[in-house]
Amino acid sequence: MKILVPIKRVADPDNANKVKISGDGTEVTSEGLEWKMNPFDEWSLEAALRLTEDGKTKSRVGEVVVVSIGPKDAVATIRQGLAMGAERGILVEGEDKKLDALVVAKILQKIVEKENPDLVVLGKQTVDGDSNLVGTYLAEFLGWPVANYATSIRTSDDGKTLTIVRELDTGAATLEVKGPAVITTSDRILHPHAVKNGVTPDDFAYPESEGGRYASLKGIMAAKKKPVEETSAAALGVDAAPQVSYVSFKLPPARSGSTTFVESAAELVQKLRNEAKVL
Amino acid sequence: MTDVLVVAELLEGKARKTTLSAITAARQIAAGGAIDILVIGEGASNAASELTGFGARKILKAEIAGGYTAEKYVGTVANVAKSGYGAIVATSSSYGKDLLPRVAARIGAGVAPDVSAITVDGGKLVYTRPMYAGNVIGQLTVNTPVQVVTVRQTEFEAAAPSGGSSPVEDVAASIDDVASKVEFKGLEVVKSERPDLAEAEIVVSGGRSLKSADNFKNLLEPLADALGAAVGASRAACDAGYVSADLQIGQTGKVVAPKLYIAVGISGAIQHLAGMKGSKTIVAINKDKEAPIAQVADYFLVADLFDAVPQLTEEIKKVKAAG
Ligand SMILES: Cc1cc2nc3c(=O)[nH]c(=O)nc-3n(C[C@H](O)[C@H](O)[C@H](O)COP(=O)(O)OP(=O)(O)OC[C@H]3O[C@@H](n4cnc5c(N)ncnc54)[C@H](O)[C@@H]3O)c2cc1C
Ligand SMILES: Nc1ncnc2c1ncn2[C@@H]1O[C@H](COP(=O)(O)O)[C@@H](O)[C@H]1O
Repeated sequence: MKILVPIKRVADPDNANKVKISGDGTEVTSEGLEWKMNPFDEWSLEAALRLTEDGKTKSRVGEVVVVSIGPKDAVATIRQGLAMGAERGILVEGEDKKLDALVVAKILQKIVEKENPDLVVLGKQTVDGDSNLVGTYLAEFLGWPVANYATSIRTSDDGKTLTIVRELDTGAATLEVKGPAVITTSDRILHPHAVKNGVTPDDFAYPESEGGRYASLKGIMAAKKKPVEETSAAALGVDAAPQVSYVSFKLPPARSGSTTFVESAAELVQKLRNEAKVL
Repeated sequence: MTDVLVVAELLEGKARKTTLSAITAARQIAAGGAIDILVIGEGASNAASELTGFGARKILKAEIAGGYTAEKYVGTVANVAKSGYGAIVATSSSYGKDLLPRVAARIGAGVAPDVSAITVDGGKLVYTRPMYAGNVIGQLTVNTPVQVVTVRQTEFEAAAPSGGSSPVEDVAASIDDVASKVEFKGLEVVKSERPDLAEAEIVVSGGRSLKSADNFKNLLEPLADALGAAVGASRAACDAGYVSADLQIGQTGKVVAPKLYIAVGISGAIQHLAGMKGSKTIVAINKDKEAPIAQVADYFLVADLFDAVPQLTEEIKKVKAAG
């Protein structure tokens, strides 16, 4: 099985409250914040690695290609993916400001047409833009099915059919999908039993983890030698223009008022009743 | 002024209340233009009759049997969407976020996703939306002739019936080849007697520190019941399986904005705050007074939740009984 995993770098999400807005309000600046792999993309990559390995022996039985669209520096994020275990990388140079879901999906479409993967596994959203669009756009352009918000992926023994559980506001839906297909991952995709590929023994459980696997020193060394192809939208023949324009950014208003510390449940109830008047 | 299409959301043959928030947003976008509602799926006829009193010019309905997949619905929605509307609107529930982008990509429309406010500037619609886990408020315009918009349910009040009755018209279902590549196998709907998170006036949420599903049931639920509140959770509590994933509040879970939000044993990570900091009054119960939830809490009870929650439940019952 060959899987394409699109990854984006984002300003350190755990410090998202430290991003700033440029003086003219037209740009979000994240100076001083570290670039991190979009958490959902890290989880997607981990899921893709699990789908292409024998979990028990850790031997690779498929190929994972990571692709990022962004400035030249984004190659660091690609190397991180390679250090985790992906086989190859592709960097499509582009300016973050000139990308929207349409442009990203059009570029990914071209890459899919060249690479012919069995699956594209994306995050359900990037945690900077929080848009939640690219996976679905890509599937539509390819004429492929998409399973959004996957919490579990199981492949048939020949890898052609996938049983996917989608996490919904109202519960969970199960789909059977014929590949090639697009999948976007939700929070629980790294549950120990969430991914099954017909190679890893069925009773094998991955350890509980909140993120993708750590890159070993050996992995980091190996990543330096793995191939990263560099290309551009123009070289791929994509000339799509963004369909949406961000006209301004603001910081949200701070919550007014300060915190009142209370000593007991009784005091809390009195305050909620008499002061806040919410009971 | 433009005509707007609302795509209704159905669950088990009934219109979900999310649809009413989309109608409110549609009225703002239409600015005097007509609103039509598309009701699609199994039980469309029944749902169409539920939506007939909301002032739509007409209700378009397409009965499509079997469970929902975007692939099965996209052709029909796209055909209707192309027939003269300036905007296509749904709520940004997991349904709206799944279906509308597919429709948008098909008809070449740009999407304003998860919108919290709609304004007009120089004759152009401007969409406001939270980004960066609610740490940036972005404003965007959509440059395509048809605009696709998904809106936050908590930011657009449910539309009230406006009287009258909209005529219902059938539209032909158009199901394309891609639909045959996905088979709907089943839907497990989570049922609860408690108020829905998005609509509740009070939300009681628990975190990892509750330690078990049993503690959620035996400690948190009685508190919620005493308050008539909905129950929510942090991602850590959902991941650990203490409660089902549909109760997750935050950047990647549900967004709530109740009158009163009580966070029990929740640290207040950025991603959690993204889903609840719009609440009117926020209470934290946490044994660590330095926990980041203090940044947004109006009241902070520094205590062990295993003592404090039963006490709070008793105190609330007392004041409720006293009237
Ligand atoms: C991409 C991404 C998306 C995410 N999306 C979400 C999301 O949508 N929603 C969400 O909630 N999280 C989300 N998270 C996870 C988030 O970062 C935190 O890990 C999570 O919210 C922590 O949950 P918690 O507060 O229950 O647990 P912890 O952070 O472990 O906090 C437990 C708290 O309980 C307190 N405590 C412990 N014992 C007691 C006791 N006996 N009595 C009282 N207090 C006690 C502690 O002091 C602590 O403050 C996301 C993370 C990522 C990377
Ligand atoms: N610039 C990019 N480069 C590579 N992948 C991207 C990029 N932007 C978005 N994606 C992918 O699309 C997913 C959804 O992003 P979005 O629709 O922007 O929220 C992400 O989780 C990534 O997998």
